[in-house]
Amino acid sequence: MLTRIRAPEAAPAQGESELGSVSLRDARKTFPAGRRGAEPVSALAGVSLHAGPGEIVAVVGPSGCGKSTLLELVCGLIEPDAGTVDAAPAALMAQRDLLLPWRSAVDNAALALRVAGVGREAARARARALLRDFGLEGFERARPHELSGGMRQRVAFARTLLSGRTVLCLDEPFAALDALTRQEMQDWLAGALAVVPRTVVLVTHDVEEAIVLADRVIVLSPRPGRVAATLDVDVSRPRRRTDADLVALRERATGALQEARG
Amino acid sequence: MIAVLLLLALLGVWEAYAQFGGVDDLVLPAPSAILTALYDDRALLWSNFTVTAGEIALGMLAALVLGLICATVIHFSSVLRRALYPLLVGSQTIPTVLVAPLLVAWWGFGVGPKVAIVALVCFFPIVVPTLDALSRVDADLRKLMRTFGASRWQTFRMVEAPAALPAVLTGAKLSVAVASIGAVFAEMAGADAGLGNLLLKAIPSLETARAFAAVLILSAFALALFGLLALAERRLVPWARQPRGTAP
Repeated sequence: MLTRIRAPEAAPAQGESELGSVSLRDARKTFPAGRRGAEPVSALAGVSLHAGPGEIVAVVGPSGCGKSTLLELVCGLIEPDAGTVDAAPAALMAQRDLLLPWRSAVDNAALALRVAGVGREAARARARALLRDFGLEGFERARPHELSGGMRQRVAFARTLLSGRTVLCLDEPFAALDALTRQEMQDWLAGALAVVPRTVVLVTHDVEEAIVLADRVIVLSPRPGRVAATLDVDVSRPRRRTDADLVALRERATGALQEARG
Repeated sequence: MIAVLLLLALLGVWEAYAQFGGVDDLVLPAPSAILTALYDDRALLWSNFTVTAGEIALGMLAALVLGLICATVIHFSSVLRRALYPLLVGSQTIPTVLVAPLLVAWWGFGVGPKVAIVALVCFFPIVVPTLDALSRVDADLRKLMRTFGASRWQTFRMVEAPAALPAVLTGAKLSVAVASIGAVFAEMAGADAGLGNLLLKAIPSLETARAFAAVLILSAFALALFGLLALAERRLVPWARQPRGTAP
């Protein structure tokens, strides 16, 4: 029911060529020790990754392998110690929806537009149109606490899209949801990205999520993170979880992940 | 409901003790005598009450304005945080009893010293929770705003300030309690009007019931202010009361 998505009229039409790309070459990041006398923490030990315009690249790895650090590098929130990070301006969407409790759904979705200086009514109109496309008609004025977890994530995704960034960094976007809602939201996101193509770097610890959504899956080793395996997902969309190719790929990815973990 | 019953019971015991316990009226007037004084002296009490109420209101307003400016400035500058925070804490350790007569000596018997004292005692309970709330804003929210290209000021206006609003109101509620004490102290240090001044004159002239009536009015006013702020809280920050993440 969530997968029916109309083409958002509010979002500006963008050709493939206008979408940004992301390139990391041997990026390294070490954080200074938290306590005196402790060892500095190496989060990423030389990670290379490329996401071309409109590509969806998933990064999977065990907890603490520097996945979130990788996204912060892509978003320009931190600088690499070595190597290069070359990315078009990116918007970040986190596991927690981070909606502002005092703003209604439509005003939350319009946040990035307001930051960019768009007038209140114009920003609301665009946010309202996108929320409608996302099946949230009638909930525009609801406060976040009145929405379900899946609805909140859709509002957060609308906010991310309206930021106008062509690169999206998704940091375990559905990890906080229950299993059923998570599957629904994965299918919904696949549908949404089919309609509104974006270059996506998706970080997750859910191998199935990676396989269902991504064009390419990168497996990171435990801390310090480095690329342990790369899998191409050449399966046409829309994808079905039960598809034999997908199931086989999932096994391969899970195997690679276990191997990387050692 | 239970609180009302308990209050009535206590008043009943008080009344019985004052009436039949052989206590002098000048030492402990019965509640009925206080009510009588409240009615008989209503003109006197009212004219003094308006003075004190004005001092409390002005003082709290000054504390709120200065406190919010101070909190914002400290929040934006780590240098000023290091410079001002110790002074702020220091300001709270100055004994009001000592400052009040000094201010009267400098500025005379008018409202000025009273407003200053009320502002002084209210400042700290407003600034500290506000600063705390500003610095506790979710780091991920700040990151989110940065990825949207928000300026420091935009993040403050759209995220930090609204997030700190519940704490501002909590601080204001806390300061109500100390505001009336501050005003009475300041008036006792030297004044020609106000409930504190009235108290100071009523007790030596053995008008104990009138003194109790003045205290009653002061408490009622503080309670009303508190109620008003609680109401403002419900209107302005409804989200602060709602539990998060309980929707199906």
